[in-house]
Amino acid sequence: MSNGSDPSCRFREGTVRIPSGCAIAAVVSEKGDYLPPGRIVSMLAVMRERSNGLGGGFAAYGIYGYDGFVLHAMCDDMVALRRLKSYLKPRFKVVSDEPLPTRPSPRVRNAPVLARFFGNPATGPDPEQAVASMTMEVNSTVPGAFIFSSGRDMGVFKASAFPEDVAEFFRLEEYTARIWTGHGRFPTNSPGWWGGAHPFALLDWSVVHNGELSSYGTNRRFVENSGYRVSLLTDTEVIVYVFDYLVRVKGMTLEKAAAVVAPPFWREIDAMGDGGREYARVRSVYGGALLNGPFSIVLANGDGVLALADRLALRPLVVGREGHLVYVASEEAAIAAVAGAGCGVSFPAGGEPVVVSTGKGRRDHAPERAAARSQASGGSR
Amino acid sequence: MSRFRVSIDRTLCKQCMRCVTQCTFGAIEAWRPPEVPGEPRWHIQSIPRPKDSLCAGCLRCEFDCPFGAITVGLRPPSIRPNGHWSESSVSDIYQQAEHGKKLLSGSGSDSRLPAIWDRLLLDACQVTNPPIDPLREPMETVTFLGGRRDTPPVRLGFPVMFAAMSYGAVSLNVQKALVAAAARHGTLMNCGEGGLAHELREQSSSIVVQCASGRFGVDLDYLNAGAAVEIKVGQGAKPGIGGHLPGEKVTESIARTRMIPEGSDAISPAPHHDVYSIEDIRQLIYAVKEATGYSRPVGVKVAAVHNISSIASGLARAGADFISIDGFRGGTGAAPRTLRDNFGLPLELAIAAVDDRLRHDGLREDVTIIASGGIRSAADVLKAIALGADIAAVSTAALVALGCHLCQMCYTGKCAWGITTQRPDLVERLEPSEATERLSNLLGAWKMEMEEMLGALGINAIESLRSNRDRLRAVEISECALKVLGVAHAGA
Repeated sequence: MSNGSDPSCRFREGTVRIPSGCAIAAVVSEKGDYLPPGRIVSMLAVMRERSNGLGGGFAAYGIYGYDGFVLHAMCDDMVALRRLKSYLKPRFKVVSDEPLPTRPSPRVRNAPVLARFFGNPATGPDPEQAVASMTMEVNSTVPGAFIFSSGRDMGVFKASAFPEDVAEFFRLEEYTARIWTGHGRFPTNSPGWWGGAHPFALLDWSVVHNGELSSYGTNRRFVENSGYRVSLLTDTEVIVYVFDYLVRVKGMTLEKAAAVVAPPFWREIDAMGDGGREYARVRSVYGGALLNGPFSIVLANGDGVLALADRLALRPLVVGREGHLVYVASEEAAIAAVAGAGCGVSFPAGGEPVVVSTGKGRRDHAPERAAARSQASGGSR
Repeated sequence: MSRFRVSIDRTLCKQCMRCVTQCTFGAIEAWRPPEVPGEPRWHIQSIPRPKDSLCAGCLRCEFDCPFGAITVGLRPPSIRPNGHWSESSVSDIYQQAEHGKKLLSGSGSDSRLPAIWDRLLLDACQVTNPPIDPLREPMETVTFLGGRRDTPPVRLGFPVMFAAMSYGAVSLNVQKALVAAAARHGTLMNCGEGGLAHELREQSSSIVVQCASGRFGVDLDYLNAGAAVEIKVGQGAKPGIGGHLPGEKVTESIARTRMIPEGSDAISPAPHHDVYSIEDIRQLIYAVKEATGYSRPVGVKVAAVHNISSIASGLARAGADFISIDGFRGGTGAAPRTLRDNFGLPLELAIAAVDDRLRHDGLREDVTIIASGGIRSAADVLKAIALGADIAAVSTAALVALGCHLCQMCYTGKCAWGITTQRPDLVERLEPSEATERLSNLLGAWKMEMEEMLGALGINAIESLRSNRDRLRAVEISECALKVLGVAHAGA
């Protein structure tokens, strides 16, 4: 996959700038109902001014009904795809592989070769760790290949285009999910290339992010110190790794991990007395994981989402509730566009985590299993 | 061969003789013209007369003259210009030929090696990432010393502390001012290797006690008196050698504090005589931890030398809670000049190399790195942190705040500003409460500057700058140095 260091890349950082930011959005069913993508696409369409066509994407949870891992990959060409397959062969027991279903779109150009693989790691006692390592290794060492989604029963769909066009391109209307997150990108720190679009994902984690981390260098060194290979060009990548490390590896809750990345101010911790001791401890131990500078993020995994803005709330974040549906967006207008009149909205304070859990629900119109799907694909190629 | 010329403007001078009393080096004498038969008596009064060859360039006379009559300047070169033989190298040979002794100096190295700090520039936020206004938003500079393994941390209000200066090297008044200013700003002073004077024990929560090879003043009470314990192995100004406080400086109070006989030379040997390997220092670290009941961080101070990253890795594995790295610009009371100018490593390169190595070895989160050795400003502090340090320790800057003019004559014990002396009449020149104010002002000013710079960086917590080398760019630094620093060139 071409990346930002490639001078031939058409869209490079700095070619266009407007004083705006990215759009983030999420729709979660607390009951675990499966939802079509209409709402999330509409939310992002309303916030079109917040992106510039250099990146858009979605993460969907519960779309495959498959217990193993599903890898979504983008490759520069068929040679790179073959290279990826030969890399995976000894490491990943592939149940089925197939082109990722797409449809031709005049507004989505320069599409790479898109493929997905269903299966499980061939070796190792810890499948999660094996898949995480494999994903990072592919992204940093296999030329022209990039795995952009590697979770269980979830998938990321992203491209260098406006989000509505990305949805159309990836035929999202064919999927239903318990959790949808989406992103319209206005790149600042990195070129607008396919791999740099959001969501960023590792295992079940996916992050959509509006902002720019002033602490990127510190955070990158923190995650590298913890065994992660940072190979992309955007700060959002390290957010995924930070949460994977804190929650999966260190066993923290999402709330506690949020207290690491956007901790209470020292004056607040001091005012808590003994209650602040644990905050002080995690802050002093995991100082390198503190995310500084403007950000609002929606982090998702199979269990729900975490919506969080930086401690100074330098980027917007709105949460809406309507029955068992929870909406998160950069703008209230996005929620108003899809929710009923009775939907109440709230504006979380900077650093205040909003955790929404989703029930696993019952899939009443489960898509075909992976093996069957491989035969049914009708991609744009 | 005199380096300085003292000029006295006779039209301004009122012959008050203050300069004569202020000059501790005898560079201005009271000269009484000879009597001339028949001349009136009033004409025969003393006048100040310079003796340039004795002038140390401390500028005390110039600053203290109430009439502004004195100017101290550099003399023109007294040897024929030579591209290879500088005046100082020729002068050194003259001195050595005359005395047959090694040359000493105080303060830090004044060599012409470039200060890398001055070639590093910090980033600033613009449109896509807003700067933060420290006047409107909280700006957090709280930093911790140690506390990441088996001892509790010490909390610092901001990442600047006073580096080690012993009672003996500096006067007790200086130490009193240092500890008072440190306490006021919630940070620490290091009492150095000379023990902890009785007068300072009340404020011991703001003090790091040091244990050097001489073990002066070290007993159980001493180790448990401070907020942290530092085992001093090396010093940036003189890597590889120990310390020497001449007997004439060992007054009754210093002798009592150091637990040595009055008037005896206080010699810290080059090595600790129980430390000849990394295993030995591990034993010493844990002996101190045992002695202090694991109640405070225990660290090690080393000079920046060529394999500093391996040494730091070893110290981290040996159980050090913090590692103080002293660069070649580090100051001192006395150092052989040949060591001062030819040994060691620039602090900037040492910090970057150590941070990289500790991260590579998975040890960085276990230890606190204290950077010291010629840090001159709040910007230097932030650059040190961006290169990988947790805390910057300053001493020369603190002494300059107290009036030091870097005359480099500390080893003579004649400090005209009352800083590096034990002569009672000179010690009195530094009034502790005024000195405390000056130090406190310096710390306060640096803190404000750091907050402002952090805001410009779009960062509101100091820990987000640590090792954040992406926010640094270099100007005209060699490719090799850039690689060690891990910093991109400006424009890249």
